[in-house]
Parts: sequence; structure tokens; C-alpha cells
Amino acid sequence: MRTLLLAGLAASAFAGAALAATPEKAEQCPACHGENGQSQTENIPSLGAQQPAYVLIQLYMFREKMRTSEAMNGIAKDLTDDDLHSLSDFIGTLPKPKPPADAGDPARMAAAKALVDKEHCNSCHSADFSGRDNIPRIADQREDYLVQTLRDYKSNKRAGYDGTMAEVLGPISDAQIVELAYYMAHFTK
Amino acid sequence: MAYRTAFLRRTALAGLFGLVTLAASAQEAPKPLPPGSPLIGRPESEEAAKLAPVSAPPLPTAADKLPTAKLKVPPGFSVEVYAAGVGNARSLREGAKGTVFVGSRLLDKVYAITPNDHKVKVIASGLHRPNGVAFHDGTLYIAELSQISKIDNIEDTLDNPAKPTVIYSDLPKDEAHGWKFISIGPDNRLYVPIGQPGNNVARDPQHAQIRRINLDGSGAETVAIGVRNTVGFDWNPNTKELYFTDNGRDWMSEDVPEDKLNRLTKFGEDFGVPYCYQGNISDPDFGWGHSCSDYTPPVALMGAHTAALGMRFYTGSMFPAEYKDAIFVARHGSWNRSKKLGGDVVVVKLNKDGSVKSVTPFLTGFIADNNYLGRPVDVQPLKDGSLLVSDDWNGAVYRVTYKGKAK
Repeated sequence: MRTLLLAGLAASAFAGAALAATPEKAEQCPACHGENGQSQTENIPSLGAQQPAYVLIQLYMFREKMRTSEAMNGIAKDLTDDDLHSLSDFIGTLPKPKPPADAGDPARMAAAKALVDKEHCNSCHSADFSGRDNIPRIADQREDYLVQTLRDYKSNKRAGYDGTMAEVLGPISDAQIVELAYYMAHFTK
Repeated sequence: MAYRTAFLRRTALAGLFGLVTLAASAQEAPKPLPPGSPLIGRPESEEAAKLAPVSAPPLPTAADKLPTAKLKVPPGFSVEVYAAGVGNARSLREGAKGTVFVGSRLLDKVYAITPNDHKVKVIASGLHRPNGVAFHDGTLYIAELSQISKIDNIEDTLDNPAKPTVIYSDLPKDEAHGWKFISIGPDNRLYVPIGQPGNNVARDPQHAQIRRINLDGSGAETVAIGVRNTVGFDWNPNTKELYFTDNGRDWMSEDVPEDKLNRLTKFGEDFGVPYCYQGNISDPDFGWGHSCSDYTPPVALMGAHTAALGMRFYTGSMFPAEYKDAIFVARHGSWNRSKKLGGDVVVVKLNKDGSVKSVTPFLTGFIADNNYLGRPVDVQPLKDGSLLVSDDWNGAVYRVTYKGKAK
């Protein structure tokens, strides 16, 4: 209910943001995910410039209850396959999220970068962490969301589409998860 | 050999760090990649960094958008769509009454395709990587990542099937190579593979093997070891010997090791992984102290990184005599190679003694401009002698028939 009410208030939040016409069903997104692709809400991801193939998979998984989120399971319940395509294509056109004003502690960033390099995060997520195909953009994603997501992948609370992240995170400690998230959230190219 | 250099560099760094980190904080020490990561062994090269496994999309391709017109088969054969809308179609199995059962790996569903109108029904959902399906005496067996279950009397209850009942769950839960192909042998036992939990990792007693269990889940025993990841097997109709595909490791090089077609001739045989690949390459990391001559070599090499998956012996009568008792093998196609290889169905013809006479392309055309138009996963000869092929990229099943050469 809350989502629907907010959706009304935020109906035109995307106006002027994207070149493509806003699909009607995308009008409810900014209520939680923020305007212009940038989330201001705790633990809710920014959607800007997210990879369409990744978004489509997530919307599909929400619809089929393969990924659990009370709000998103409800919203995705009645989406058609065409809706999944138009929403994910549209989200891909939103501007990418901006890095936070604070550039991050240089020593902490350097240490985290060594970890990122060693774990080859760039191998799938691309050198600028903008993702590719079904692999998501993680650059400048919300730090709290990244920490939660990595923890959920590691514990398999969130079963990934193809299981890669559960495997990759096996030997990564929680302290390292916090540093990986810090680095990605503060990433500047 | 860039990856050797990288490994040495990491090791040297670890040595340098050693003194400092032991005194300060042990968690600072560089750690090896996790055991399951597909990136283990990845060399530090720009070209290598471009390669990563790509997952099939969840939504199936509409029937009129399937690449059927681009597919090629030998003269006299033709290929058509048997069913579209089978999201992430993986393993295939034909029921006694002609229903075709289809597993999926990335989705949570098992499907039934009805015999006459080819209608696609979801008969089970909420499953975790239900890749494998087998059928015996009216019962459907389903292999999820770490358990085997069954639905009795399935073909009479397609519209209202019972929930699967678990019969066996003494299996590891690793995501890497955890999805399973299953099949029931001439001994009426269910064969269950357990892949290596990563690209190239040490052998342990719980992995790298094929087990068999009784149809009630009892009596598990290991029939083959040293198997990295088999996603297809069948029994020679003449010798009753088990033949199985096995996928070679990644990141050794563009061109080796090749995937294998193996033959089990004695109980408990060792096929070499991770010490030996493709029968004659000693692994640079695990091969020391081992000799390839100690392991059973493959009967055929199936191409580097081609992902030889589902396979069946052809005992039907529709195809010409030269295909009698030959093996059809679906090759899913490479990811760990700059120029894609595989992505087709090949036919393996055997000599009388069960050795391999030839491996030749049969169904091709799935690769265009180094991109996949579709990716074959499994094959299933139907009772009428035609051959089904699943395509997980498009969520479709094709049917190959033979009508004879045009005069």
C-alpha cells in the first residue's frame, strides 16, 4: 500500500531524466529507488545505468519468487514478459549513480583496491565496474546495499541466478566484505 | 605462461608479507582464490580478462525468433521447433507415453511437453537448479543441486502433479559444478555425478565421481572417480558399458585440455582429474608425483572448452543405418576461449569393440560472428526415431527428422 501511495507522488520523477519514454509501470520505481537512478533510501539499490540483462533477471526472479523482497515480490507479481523487457531497457538508460561527495579514505581505498584486484572483481564486472550483460554495475552503488548483498550471497540467503557469487565469496571474511563495499561505493574513474 | 609468473609473484609477496603479517594481523596475508571460483588459474592478460561465463537469459525466445532457419543438418535431415517457451531448457527425457520432460538450471522449474500438441506445462517449481531428469516405470526422477526426488505416476497427473518426494540427499551443496545430469542404467540404478567444486581443485572423497543408488535412494556406491564434471552419459546398447562426457579444466590455454568422451570398463575406475587432463596432459599444479599412464584415457577428445554435455546412443530406425548405435553429443559451446568452439551436436561413431571410429558435426549453425544464436545442452531420441535437442539459451527444444534424400 505504502508503495502505491508513494508511487503516485513520484509519478513524474523520471521526467526529463531519460531519453526513452518512461514505461507506465516504471513510474512507481523512484518512490524507493530515488530519482534519476540514484537511491536515497537505506538498503535500496540505485538503478541508474544498471545492465538491462541483469535487471531483467532480477525482475524475473522477483516475479517468480526466486528472490525474496516483500515489496518487489508484490510489485513484480503481475508484470508480463514484455514489462520485464521494457522496464529493464528503460532502467539501463537512466544516468549512472554519482560517487559520494566524500572521496573515501585514501589508505582504506588503496588497501581495498588490492583486495579487489586479487579477487579479480573486474574480470566479470568490467574494469570500471559498470558490469556487462547479466553481470551488474556495482560502481557507486549504495554501500549499505552492497554490504547486505555480499553477506546474503555468501550465506546463500540470496541465491544468485547462476551461483557464481556464492562460490566467489566462500573464503571472503565479513571484514573484507565491508571493505569491498566501501571501495565500490566510493569508486571514481 | 603468464599465470605461472603471477602465481610466483603472489607466492613471493606472501613470503615478504609473512614476517610483517605474522606479527601484525594474519588476515592481511594474500589468500588464494576461493576453491569454487571460475577465475582460478586465470592468467593476467587483457585478452583472458575478456572471457567469463555468460548465463542464459531467463525468458525463452518466441517461436518465430528462434534461429531454426540458420541451423544446418546433413542432407536428407531437417530440423524444426518441437517446443518454444521452455525457459532455460536443459536435460531431456521421454516418458513411456511420449511426454518429454525438461529440466532447467538457472530457473526453478521442471517442464513437461505433451506428446501430441507439444504444450509446455510447468510440473514442478521452487526447486534449486533442477538440471537432471530421468524416467523409469512411470516415475519421474529430478536432480536438484544437492538432492534427488521423484514424482510417481507423472504422465497421468500432468495437470495436477504431486510435489516431488526426496529419495537421496547425501550430496555436497557446492554451486560450482553442483547441477546434475542423471540417468537410470541397465542395472536399474540411478547414476548421479558429483562434479569438482571448482575449476581445478584438489581431489577429495566427496567429489569428482559418479555414484549410483537404488531407485529408493539406498545403496549408494561410487562407480567412477577422477571425473571433473560430467553432464551427460548413456550405456552402449551392445556392450552395456557406460560412456560419459567430461569437461576439461579452464585457463590452461586456448587449445588444451580438450573435453573427453570416457568409457567405464571396470567398477571404480579412475579417470585422472585433477592430476591428468585429456588423458595425456599432466596438470601443472596437481600433476606432480602422478603419471597420466595411471589413469583411464578417454575414447575420444571432444574439443577444447567445447562443453560436451548431454549424450545418447541412437537405437532408433528413422535415421540411416550409419547412425545405428552411434552417440549423439550436445556441445554447449566454449566460454573460456577467444574464438568460440562447439555449440553444436556431433555424432560419434564406434567400432565393434566400442572404440571410437569418428567424431563429426551433425547439427551446426548456433555460432555466428563468434556469438551464440543458441546453445545445445542435451539430446533425446524419441520412440519414432527422431532426435530432440534442447537449447538453454533460447529456452527451446528442436526436433531433427530424416526423410531421405530428395530425388
